[in-house]
Amino acid sequence: MAVATTETAELEVVDLETTSVRELNQRLHDLAGAVPGRHRFRILNPSGAHALACGLDAEIEVEIEGHVGYYCAGMNKLATVRVHGNASTGIAENLMSGQVIVEGNASQSAGATGRGGLLVVRGDVSSRCGISMKGIDIVVGGSVGHMSAFMAQTGCLVVCGDAGDALGDSIYEARLYVRGTVTGLGADCVEKEMRDEHVAQVAGLVVAAGIDADASDFRRYGSARELYNFKIDNAGAY
Amino acid sequence: MATDTERPWNLRESYLFDRNVIAEIQRAAREGIYDIRGFGAKRRLPHFDDLLFLGASISRYPLEGYRERCATDVVLGTRFARKPLELKIPVTIAGMSFGALSAPAKEALGRGASEVGTSTTTGDGGMTNEEREHSTTLVYQLLPSRYGMNPDDLRRADAIEVVVGQGAKPGGGGMLLGHKISDRVAEMRSLPKGIDQRSASRHPDWTGPDDLEIKIHELREITDWEKPIFVKVGATRTYYDVQLAVKAGADVIVVDGMQGGTAATQDVFIEHVGIPTLPATRIAADALQELGMHRKVQLVVSGGIRGGADVAKALALGADAVSIGTAALIAMGDNSPEYEEQYRRIGSSAGFYDDYQAGRDPVGISTQDDELASRFDPVVGGRKVANYLRVLTLETQTLARACGKSHVHNLEPEDLVALTVEAAAMAKVPLAGTDWIPGLASPVSAGSDTV
Ligand SMILES: Cc1cc2nc3c(=O)[nH]c(=O)nc-3n(C[C@H](O)[C@H](O)[C@H](O)COP(=O)(O)O)c2cc1C
Repeated sequence: MAVATTETAELEVVDLETTSVRELNQRLHDLAGAVPGRHRFRILNPSGAHALACGLDAEIEVEIEGHVGYYCAGMNKLATVRVHGNASTGIAENLMSGQVIVEGNASQSAGATGRGGLLVVRGDVSSRCGISMKGIDIVVGGSVGHMSAFMAQTGCLVVCGDAGDALGDSIYEARLYVRGTVTGLGADCVEKEMRDEHVAQVAGLVVAAGIDADASDFRRYGSARELYNFKIDNAGAY
Repeated sequence: MATDTERPWNLRESYLFDRNVIAEIQRAAREGIYDIRGFGAKRRLPHFDDLLFLGASISRYPLEGYRERCATDVVLGTRFARKPLELKIPVTIAGMSFGALSAPAKEALGRGASEVGTSTTTGDGGMTNEEREHSTTLVYQLLPSRYGMNPDDLRRADAIEVVVGQGAKPGGGGMLLGHKISDRVAEMRSLPKGIDQRSASRHPDWTGPDDLEIKIHELREITDWEKPIFVKVGATRTYYDVQLAVKAGADVIVVDGMQGGTAATQDVFIEHVGIPTLPATRIAADALQELGMHRKVQLVVSGGIRGGADVAKALALGADAVSIGTAALIAMGDNSPEYEEQYRRIGSSAGFYDDYQAGRDPVGISTQDDELASRFDPVVGGRKVANYLRVLTLETQTLARACGKSHVHNLEPEDLVALTVEAAAMAKVPLAGTDWIPGLASPVSAGSDTV
């Protein structure tokens, strides 16, 4: 085994100062289909490296001690990845299942095109959070930047802080919940009634995310469904 | 409608406002929306037809037609991938989405390509089991929409193609109109049935060449550096795009000229954006040469490839392989006179049909209607695709042998001359019968200019 790891009963420590990203990811990929809950990893010195712990396909836990670069945990299935730091562009992009938790802030396109699973960012997220999301749930402890949930298809985006301009532009069926202010809504995105089922949904998601928030403080936004089929009378809205 | 012979000779049709233009103005006034259609550019453009081969004679030896070998194999993805694609012929099937095409049509493309040892490509909308099962070598597209994108399909693909653009609409996104969204298509794309699906024009998680490099790195990490990674661009600023794709780490670059087919794009986009395949091919090959990467990063060219002559000329200008879309559909029966009566019923005619967006294709190819799709037999369709690909290959070999080449990749620009000044300038080969390459100063005239 080329990976320099310190074996304990259930925890492997991988130091990226002495191990390459390739070796780390290969080690994690080799666990595809492994017995759930048997493997835990602590990754030291990530130093903003890109594509860390991406393409995983096993119920394993990966704790990353520091900041990560682009596409950390991209396309993962089943795994839990926790970043004790900030994340760059595209954290958990196209996530299929499992969880990704960022203790700090995240950059652009967090959770982009995600198809399942849960992304939690305790801090703030930059622009295009949840862009083109397709089933992922995203809970943000802080605020999100402009163009968040652009063309969002399905899934939920819960923002405990504020949302920037053009929230939910050209949105399809995704549900957006924001506790603070929304600078502006994008094309075809409107505020919708917060019914009991929505309060319950937010309550469930904040609990899953380990964030203390009162679900009844949130407002809901979604598609007005006016732009679903091209009508010339709507041309000005595009 | 009066035929040309019945019409009095004193009536003169305007060149500027011809009947097509008049009909389009009237349609626009009636419907209030731009024309969306399939197929590729229909106007006349400089193309491979404007080039000719100089067959061997006294100064060059030809190869014997049926005796001497002229190899056609091509390997794509030799730069970084652990498992490059090994194809038997230099013609591949381009990405055409399930959604645009019916499931049996996708199956037929897989059957045909596999029979002759070449690859097929998925498209916007994801990978279907039918096409994976029937394609020995399948390229999986990563598009801006990411419809259906998932790591399992990435891993079961043989190569990955990052689609930046398409020749029919460089800078434009995709479109699948509501009436083609069946339950299955809707489910694969995670969208409600019956709504117009606009695919984004930009990728959601990267912008620019530096990001692309990191994206490619991620795809390699997810697939353990096994799969070749293609980057597909519509032909516009081809020189820069090719060099930037090389810098970003592509194994293979696909350049799709403006004639490239589409399933649904605005007519104004199809006809007015991008550069033709002819100049794009030469520019792309030159851009690779300049970096010392020609043949190390493979070049695949598409857009208006119809016969072996187009294939051979693209290869002579420096492509490693070509890719076909429209021609493969035609080989399967699209626009066949057999269906004339049914084409008439939907306001079209065999040889003119381009409403792939409408989903009413009587042949059962560009439709999601079960009844129409069931008319199309994927086994027969597959055989036709294989036959057609064989003919393309035989024709390419015929031309290569005539130029004395034992491998189709040995064709070179020196084997070509141009019929028109514009083609000479674009392909950077001399105008036939002269040593003039417009745009390149010949040694003699350069000398006399400076005096
Ligand atoms: C029906 C149809 C569907 C297409 N769908 C896609 C697609 O999903 N993704 C893509 O990159 N290109 C798509 N294309 C473009 C082809 O991949 C290819 O670039 C083009 O067809 C090449 O030009 P040709 O049709 O003249 O051979 C499509 C083309 C057609 C005709």
